[in-house]
Amino acid sequence: MNGTVARLTVKGLLGRRRALLLMAMPALLIGLAMLVRALAGQDDEVTARIAGGLGVALFVPLLGVIAGTGAIGPEIDDGSIVYLLSKPLSRHSIATTKAVVAMAVIVVFAAVPALMAGLIMSGTDNDLAVGLGVGAACGGVAYGALFLLLAVVTRSAVLVGLIYALIWETLVGSFVPGARTLSIAQWSASITESIIGKDTAKSLDLDAAVDVGVGIPLLIIVTIGATWYAGRKLRTIRLTGEE
Amino acid sequence: MSVLKIDGVSRWFGNVVAVNAVTMEFGPGVTGLLGPNGAGKSTLLHMMGGFLPPSSGTVTLDGEPTWRNESIYRKIGLVPEREAMYDVVTGWEFVLANAKLHSLPDPEAAARRAIGIVDLTDAQGRPIATYSKGMRQRAKLATALVHDPSVLLLDEPFNGLDPRQRIHFMELLRSMAAQGKSVIFSSHILEEVEQIAERIEVMVSGRHAASGSFREIRKLMTERPHQYTIRSADDRALASAIIAEGCTSAVELVAANHARASTVEAGLHVQATDVGSFVHVLPKLASRHGIRLYEVTPADESLESVFAYLVAR
Repeated sequence: MNGTVARLTVKGLLGRRRALLLMAMPALLIGLAMLVRALAGQDDEVTARIAGGLGVALFVPLLGVIAGTGAIGPEIDDGSIVYLLSKPLSRHSIATTKAVVAMAVIVVFAAVPALMAGLIMSGTDNDLAVGLGVGAACGGVAYGALFLLLAVVTRSAVLVGLIYALIWETLVGSFVPGARTLSIAQWSASITESIIGKDTAKSLDLDAAVDVGVGIPLLIIVTIGATWYAGRKLRTIRLTGEE
Repeated sequence: MSVLKIDGVSRWFGNVVAVNAVTMEFGPGVTGLLGPNGAGKSTLLHMMGGFLPPSSGTVTLDGEPTWRNESIYRKIGLVPEREAMYDVVTGWEFVLANAKLHSLPDPEAAARRAIGIVDLTDAQGRPIATYSKGMRQRAKLATALVHDPSVLLLDEPFNGLDPRQRIHFMELLRSMAAQGKSVIFSSHILEEVEQIAERIEVMVSGRHAASGSFREIRKLMTERPHQYTIRSADDRALASAIIAEGCTSAVELVAANHARASTVEAGLHVQATDVGSFVHVLPKLASRHGIRLYEVTPADESLESVFAYLVAR
């Protein structure tokens, strides 16, 4: 970890109007939650659909793409990463720092709002809000590391990230059951499932394709592995566009 | 003081050879890396800066390889060609961040010093996004100087600077060299290089074409046969007078009616072997014979043709 790299990354991610843009998703989610609670009262199924379906399943990977690739992609594209790379600084510490910043942004702007939306709609009943929030946070951490790695290895990281998050995890997963086991969304769902209990999860359509005993190790492996590999790739990154 | 050594280095990208068996050594002082665009200067600088591995050969700084070796950046300051910096922060914040990234004991003092050297103190509180091209260039130099490196690598540092900024920037580099630093910069403009470089390394098509002081390089470039096209009041008389002089090797007379049929311009085409004396002799000759000169044009003064000549040698 390096404080200076972190500060520069945060400024790049949240600078100018980007912070406002990132606020749009949580604002929408929480606004919707308050509206639903005021109009329809408490209904855990609606909570699962809004806080879980929208807040966790859609906004977490979306923010993962934005923050994960945004933490390093623009610097690689415009070449300003050279100011970080031309320092007596371990490339792993640069990658780790940027990954941690991305993860923090995802947790603050996607997981916390999911938790809040859950609390607004269902209170603490069934631990539903906490389950969704914790699941979202764990998934967000893995997304952050994975999409950061994507930005280091490919220039079309945003596109590839969106394809993974939207097409592989949701579309392919719903047709090919096997694909669901290789999905960060399912691993984080296994954590939600274990917090709210299997039966509640099943009744609310929040059940996961993998067991929590598999989900947690896989999340850890992807998070650590992707961050480490991003640092390794940074050591040999080609700064093109100058020749 | 540091020595940067390039030893038998080649670098290819797929089928394209960007740098071909180059051996160079850089010590203290200003060295200009001169060559037309695409000659491999940037590739060479990238390898010196540790951003690209050589396909063969070695690039070392004080005996240590520059590739995959982050510790070289304690001794190297880098001024990249590309414009992008962290535009949202101010000049002060950015230079200070660079000082902190170097883990300097007193980053504030180092940043203040570097900003002072490049004369950016007045603008240090403004976001970099508002900087002019010249200010950006100076901000880049400040980030490269912040840790007082012994080697400074600059990729096309004078591009886009106006003449006043250029002179100021050159003075800065000269004073760096006076402090015993090795300053290495690339350029495709001979005039730029000869103004400040004590030594010039010429690169053409990936090869190390020539090396020496600017006088030696200048001489190599001016001693080649020069083509001139001359229009005068009496081309034929002038032609006979010119060929009588020792400093020319060929004179071709193209009459106006002949020129219309061919692609050659009407007038005299002179090949001078000794440009220095030819340009002195020509006006004297013309006045002695009472011939009025209308036009004297060097035919192939473009830098590319000069480089091509150096390579062909």
